[in-house]
Amino acid sequence: MRAKIAAAAVAFALMAGTAYAQNIKIGYIDPLSGGGASVGEGGLKTFQYLADEINAAGGLNGKKVEIVGFDNKTNPQETLVQAQKAIDQGVRFLTQGNGSSVAAALSDFVQKYNDRNPGKEVLYFNYAAVDPVLTNDKCNYWHFRWDANSDIKMSALTTFMKGRSNIKKVYLINQDYSFGQSVRAQARVMMKEKRPDIQIVGDELHPLLKITDFAPYVAKIKASGADSVVTGNWGQDIALLLKAAADAGLQVDWYTYYAGGAGGPTAIKQTNLNHRVFAIQEGVNNSAPDSAQKFETAFRAKVGMGLWYPRAVNEMRMFAKAVTEAKSDEPKAVAAKLEGMKFEVFDGGEGTMRAADHQFFQDMYIASFGALDPGAKFDEEGTGWGWKEVGKVKAADTVLPTTCKMERPK
Amino acid sequence: MLELITFSTLNGVLYGMLLFMMASGLTLIFSMMGVLNFAHASFYMLGAYFGFEIARHIGFWPAFVVAPLLVGGIGAIVERYGLRQVHKYGHVPELLFTFGLAFVIEEIVQMFWGKLPVDYRTPPSLDFVAFRLFDTTYPAYRMFMLVTAVAMFVFLLAILTRTRVGLIIQASLTHPNMVAMLGHDVPKIFMLVFGVGAALAGLAGVIAGPALVTQPSMAALLGPILFVVIVVGGLGSLSGAFVASILIGLVQTFAVAINASLTDLFGPTIGAALGDLGNVTVAQVAPVIPYLLLVLILIFRPTGLFGTRES
Amino acid sequence: MTMLNRALPWVLLALAFALLPKILTSNTAITMLAMMSINIVFALSYNVLLGQTGLLSFGHAVYYGLAGFFAIHAMNTVVRQGLGVPLPFIPIVGGAAGLFFAFIFGWVSTRRAGTVFSMISLGLGELVAASSLILRGFFGGEEGVTANRTKLPSFLGHKFGPQIEVYYLIAFWAFVCIVLMYALTRTPFGRMCNAVRENPERAEFVGYSTQRVRFISFCLSGFFAGVAGALAAINFEIMNAQSVGAAQSGSVLLMTYAGGAGYFFGPIIGAIIITWLQITLSDVTGAWMLYFGLLFILVVMFSPGGIAGWLMLHQPVWRAGRLGKLAPSYALAAAPMAMMLLGAIMIIEAAHHQLVKAAGDGPAMHFLGLSLNSNSPLTWAVAIGLFALGVFGLRLVWPRISDAWGAALANDKAGA
Repeated sequence: MRAKIAAAAVAFALMAGTAYAQNIKIGYIDPLSGGGASVGEGGLKTFQYLADEINAAGGLNGKKVEIVGFDNKTNPQETLVQAQKAIDQGVRFLTQGNGSSVAAALSDFVQKYNDRNPGKEVLYFNYAAVDPVLTNDKCNYWHFRWDANSDIKMSALTTFMKGRSNIKKVYLINQDYSFGQSVRAQARVMMKEKRPDIQIVGDELHPLLKITDFAPYVAKIKASGADSVVTGNWGQDIALLLKAAADAGLQVDWYTYYAGGAGGPTAIKQTNLNHRVFAIQEGVNNSAPDSAQKFETAFRAKVGMGLWYPRAVNEMRMFAKAVTEAKSDEPKAVAAKLEGMKFEVFDGGEGTMRAADHQFFQDMYIASFGALDPGAKFDEEGTGWGWKEVGKVKAADTVLPTTCKMERPK
Repeated sequence: MLELITFSTLNGVLYGMLLFMMASGLTLIFSMMGVLNFAHASFYMLGAYFGFEIARHIGFWPAFVVAPLLVGGIGAIVERYGLRQVHKYGHVPELLFTFGLAFVIEEIVQMFWGKLPVDYRTPPSLDFVAFRLFDTTYPAYRMFMLVTAVAMFVFLLAILTRTRVGLIIQASLTHPNMVAMLGHDVPKIFMLVFGVGAALAGLAGVIAGPALVTQPSMAALLGPILFVVIVVGGLGSLSGAFVASILIGLVQTFAVAINASLTDLFGPTIGAALGDLGNVTVAQVAPVIPYLLLVLILIFRPTGLFGTRES
Repeated sequence: MTMLNRALPWVLLALAFALLPKILTSNTAITMLAMMSINIVFALSYNVLLGQTGLLSFGHAVYYGLAGFFAIHAMNTVVRQGLGVPLPFIPIVGGAAGLFFAFIFGWVSTRRAGTVFSMISLGLGELVAASSLILRGFFGGEEGVTANRTKLPSFLGHKFGPQIEVYYLIAFWAFVCIVLMYALTRTPFGRMCNAVRENPERAEFVGYSTQRVRFISFCLSGFFAGVAGALAAINFEIMNAQSVGAAQSGSVLLMTYAGGAGYFFGPIIGAIIITWLQITLSDVTGAWMLYFGLLFILVVMFSPGGIAGWLMLHQPVWRAGRLGKLAPSYALAAAPMAMMLLGAIMIIEAAHHQLVKAAGDGPAMHFLGLSLNSNSPLTWAVAIGLFALGVFGLRLVWPRISDAWGAALANDKAGA
């Protein structure tokens, strides 16, 4: 509610002549209360900042962009209720990212809604839910994904690991649910393909967000003699795992997806693992092009947090481009422009929204977290440590085939 | 292999002692007052957060002393002004009151300290390696946790068996109605027990905070296991709670170390018949085993391992 | 009571189900009405255990959720195999599934009552919730299982695509379940459940096995919970592991208890109010979870009979036509109570804004259309002042209310 009022106030202030009803509304459906709230709030602020940027440049086709926040409490059924509410309020574009379970429910809902209400279609922009199934078996024409899915990330990560000769024995530890299982499955397949000499000395699945003491798992990693650990763990699962490892004096390299997530940098600094923790990201702020670094500096100054989602920048800017080129904000027209769109991404390099499955492909980077190089501008979460780029995989090398059989509207 | 067993035992005993610190207070409260205190894990969380705040401004050792006292005070106030009003309505409302209280405490903690984990560190005075065994280090802080828990157990046992108040409490554990009829100031004892129980949980929080992540969901994570412990141990029995805590701590820690699945244990045909269930390894189900134990004990031996009463 | 008087509430209920969507026509409102209907059935099924038989369960969502999954799988099977089962029959599958699981779990749960029963229900609930991530085939893992209700064979020409059609289907089933559960309370079996709740020993003396009574009650409760679960599956077309979790069990407990476990219509009121709060409160304030917790505590402390209990307190006075005696003192109490509530809400909102949002959004907050600063002493002074005044005023007025009650009841006794 406050987001709506604030965004409307901004719109009013900027262009007093424009009628309120003319705004292009984007519904942001993510947790704004409860456990996932800090992440959800961060995303909302990011999108609001980006909308302000578009409006400051004159809006789209003369209309203002407005971000309306909806709290889904990380519950799939609640998400459907909130989506319905959004649609009733005139929102035609939904964006969401926290939780693949929610994403699957939303994607399914959007497909059914559009089938049952022709002429009133809505689009779903997915900025962070990485379950590959959303652009494979369960793909749908109205869903677009800006985050590299977990298979693509593993592909880029293993390509990077191919060049690291010091990796001999790898231990896999993941959360026991669809995401963690796909991480481990793909890790096995891709490592075998790219580095058959690497020995996988352990493969662990643990219950999601339930373990408070990872010491037994760390003991197993130690016993296996691994020199590297590959994990998709996020949230407290990565924080506690790193803590337990530091306590036991475990000396390995950590190849992760989400060590940079909220709370991760603090945990890494706390356990003093200097440049031993790697993460796969779509950009590294300390080595990004000047335009990106300027943006991030201004963003941090205004919003008070680091830019978690460079891909949100890509999403909003590509959306703006699609609306401007289509000269309309009708979802069908916007979708037609978005698919196949090539775009110069925030962190440099060209990205493509593949038409076959609506998955965005971009350059991927591997960064390590630790003490900052001289001249590096950005530290994370006030720890004084930051990200350093150690590897880059070009977009063309990250492309994976898809099983998507998309039903297109006539 | 030996390394794995040694460390698993150490970690299991440590985890068990942590559970005991909390379960001791809970079993006292439950046995005496019949109140299933859903908010007990919330007192544990408050202890961790108070400890963090005090340690941040003054130091860890003052926090070690002051935080449990604060939490105990809050517990006493909750009993006096909240629980006591609800007592006359019966056990179900008491239970629901603590249920709502757990909710409210979690929300208030989130409001004051945010939703992300806070940086509660081990104090520098304890931040060294205790010993090295087979190439793995064991932090001194964990030894400190172990020592504190054992000291607490001894202290509790001493109070319960050697002081007058302790004798009255022991009597109330097994014959609460009789004690009331004998003229002891039962409400005051209740307040005392509730406050001390909360203080014990708070102490557990102050100590466990640096070792485990201090975050708003820490209460919800540990809460259900606590109930398993006191039920398995048996009502009215402190030593039962002790044994059950160690048992569950060891079971959970060792189960994680086992990679066998049901298929490995019982053969491929049975595994295939069970479908998904057959491929699941023991390590994956490790956190679920305590609940299985709970259900089995309740079905076959509702008084628990050492208990003397059912309710 | 005449036939007309007895039938009147049911006619009104049926009319409400039928006509409300005509008044509240937005899709969101109809979705909300559908959710309320589902939760009414769920809460009433819970009350068969709690209010009627005295069993406090912490894992009731197990039967709701498992049945919902069965219903979703049934819908998918009907579509895949081309069976001729139209959508309105799916809730029967849900009910059967709920009954089946209640039969199995009830057999072990109902051997004892009281705390032991509650603990077993807690353990079983946690077990099922934890196994939902392990048994991926049935639970669909993290994404859950989806179905498309429009692909089932049509029923009297309806495919149940639009939300309004689904609402009427749910409303129909809800009405049937409410009638059945009410009928249950009037049967000798229902009365025996009450007896077992009040005094199990005595019930045994009368010749009934308390375990058997509890077990049958448990099975019936599971059946209706299963119907509710199937209706939820139809409504959302997705079932997710959260439906069997502790949060869902806690939610139905709150609905039943806050509404009032002692009266049949209590859970209905509770379900309506709590569902409405769950959907709309989070739009209005970020501190909605705190309000839920406080609501729970306040109901437990001041009105353990719930809202229905409070309403029914007035029944003898209303029968005697002496409600007018209470009205003046209630009106007098309304002002301090409103002040107290307003002050409390202001304190919570200001605290929440200051602690949670101020760092990012600045101290300005919107409260009932006014713009206030959460860090200004004036705001706090007003909030605390309002609250204190309200409490003080209430204390002054309270003796009047007691007197009014005394007068109302005294007249009643003399007149009767």
